[in-house]
Amino acid sequence: MLSIKELTYGFEAGRPIFENLSLDVKPGEFVSLIGPSGSGKSTMFRLITGLLEPDHGEIIIDGKLPENRLGHIGYMPQKDLLLPWRTVFDNVLLPLEVGKSNRQGKAQEIRAWLERFGLADYEQAYPKQLSGGMRQRAAFLRTIMTGKNLLLLDEPFGALDSLTKRKMHSWLLGIWGELQKTIMFITHDLEEAILLSDRIYLMKRTGIWEFKVHLPRPRSPELIYQQTLISMRKELEWLIHRES
Amino acid sequence: MKAKWKKWTEEYGLFVIAVILLMSIWEWVVRQGEIPSFILPSPSAIWGSFQENRQLLLEEHLPATLKETFIGFGISLAAGLLFGALMHFSRIVEKVLYPFLVISQTIPTIAISPIFIMWFGYSIWSKIAVTFLVAFFPIVVSTYDGLKAGGREYQELLQTMGAGRWTIFQKIQIPMALPSILSGIKMSVVYCVVGATIGEWLGASEGLGYFSRRMSGNLQADAVFAAIFLLSLLGMALFVLVSLLEKQLLKQKNY
Repeated sequence: MLSIKELTYGFEAGRPIFENLSLDVKPGEFVSLIGPSGSGKSTMFRLITGLLEPDHGEIIIDGKLPENRLGHIGYMPQKDLLLPWRTVFDNVLLPLEVGKSNRQGKAQEIRAWLERFGLADYEQAYPKQLSGGMRQRAAFLRTIMTGKNLLLLDEPFGALDSLTKRKMHSWLLGIWGELQKTIMFITHDLEEAILLSDRIYLMKRTGIWEFKVHLPRPRSPELIYQQTLISMRKELEWLIHRES
Repeated sequence: MKAKWKKWTEEYGLFVIAVILLMSIWEWVVRQGEIPSFILPSPSAIWGSFQENRQLLLEEHLPATLKETFIGFGISLAAGLLFGALMHFSRIVEKVLYPFLVISQTIPTIAISPIFIMWFGYSIWSKIAVTFLVAFFPIVVSTYDGLKAGGREYQELLQTMGAGRWTIFQKIQIPMALPSILSGIKMSVVYCVVGATIGEWLGASEGLGYFSRRMSGNLQADAVFAAIFLLSLLGMALFVLVSLLEKQLLKQKNY
């Protein structure tokens, strides 16, 4: 699905924020990217989407090395960035307008999605009338409507309070099976990373480490209280602090 | 209805009282006879003069001024939006045009108007040229600044969806520039009245500016004041009209 080979990038020449970094994401996987602030997680996403160009290395999408990566990947930035002058429905429609795809019959499809995302009653509401959780769901749905298989979500639940966040987790775990998407997910929350992911990449200045999560799906949000998850979390924390 | 009235009085009540007070003092001072009426006519004399010249003012000179104002505004709006957008799209146009825009505003209108009269004669176009000169600038600048204003993150989001420059302009930059453009229009529409009046002062055969000039030549200060009040009301009415439009557009769109 996505294959990154020996990627190097720096904002200033000669001072890369990461060097020769490689990672892979297989179709249908949920992969989290964790790491201390400033380790370049968001920069990595901007490179994958094509907003930035790497200094060295290759970003291979679906086995191809596209000239221009823009328009190949669904990207959800840290802020929800819903357009305040558009209703929820029109915000979700935006990727279809941009993609110039045939909108005939799409209204029905969008309504079905809104229903599934718990936004059916807010179709004609404006973003500022929504709660934080709803805004994130609307932004997530907009990302799905790009129709791309690979979705990059940059800390989608980072700004939510812990109760709302937990609700979003159980909601996401609930629809994950039917989504049939591949997701890369940035988070600072280790619990969240373990609960949602198949694999976790830990990014640090010194390199990148892979961590597999062997938990069967479908998963329940109750998992966070179980010993297996707690011990994984300990291990992950140990990995993070190993050198410092 | 009652709540609306209360809101209105809260908003404008003090202003209305101040106006009434000011008018009363003005009337009283003039009636003391210390100030000759050709220097400062009393409000009642101005009102009387307005009544006397009512037909002339409202049916001949006001329509003439309105016509110049509207044509001048229409051209300013069209050209302002066009050049604002062009400057946004092309750095070359921006580099070439921006200094000229600023220079155009440093020219004293009164000084350049005789040239316009030489070019366009006493026709309506000499007044429209003056109107355009003063009313064009706020629209270009507000359009240009509004389009520049940013929404950088929104633009990047659309880029990742594969949007080109034109799509981003349509979907993000125009809506984001709208509040700024509307502020520019509000200023511009008031300048239009001023511009048309100046144009008429310098050479015309009709219009409120022409009327007030002729009356000042006759030392009929009350008639001059009547025309000035009418012009001021016209400016306010246009301002309120655009404000209402602005409110409607922005509120509806939830800015």
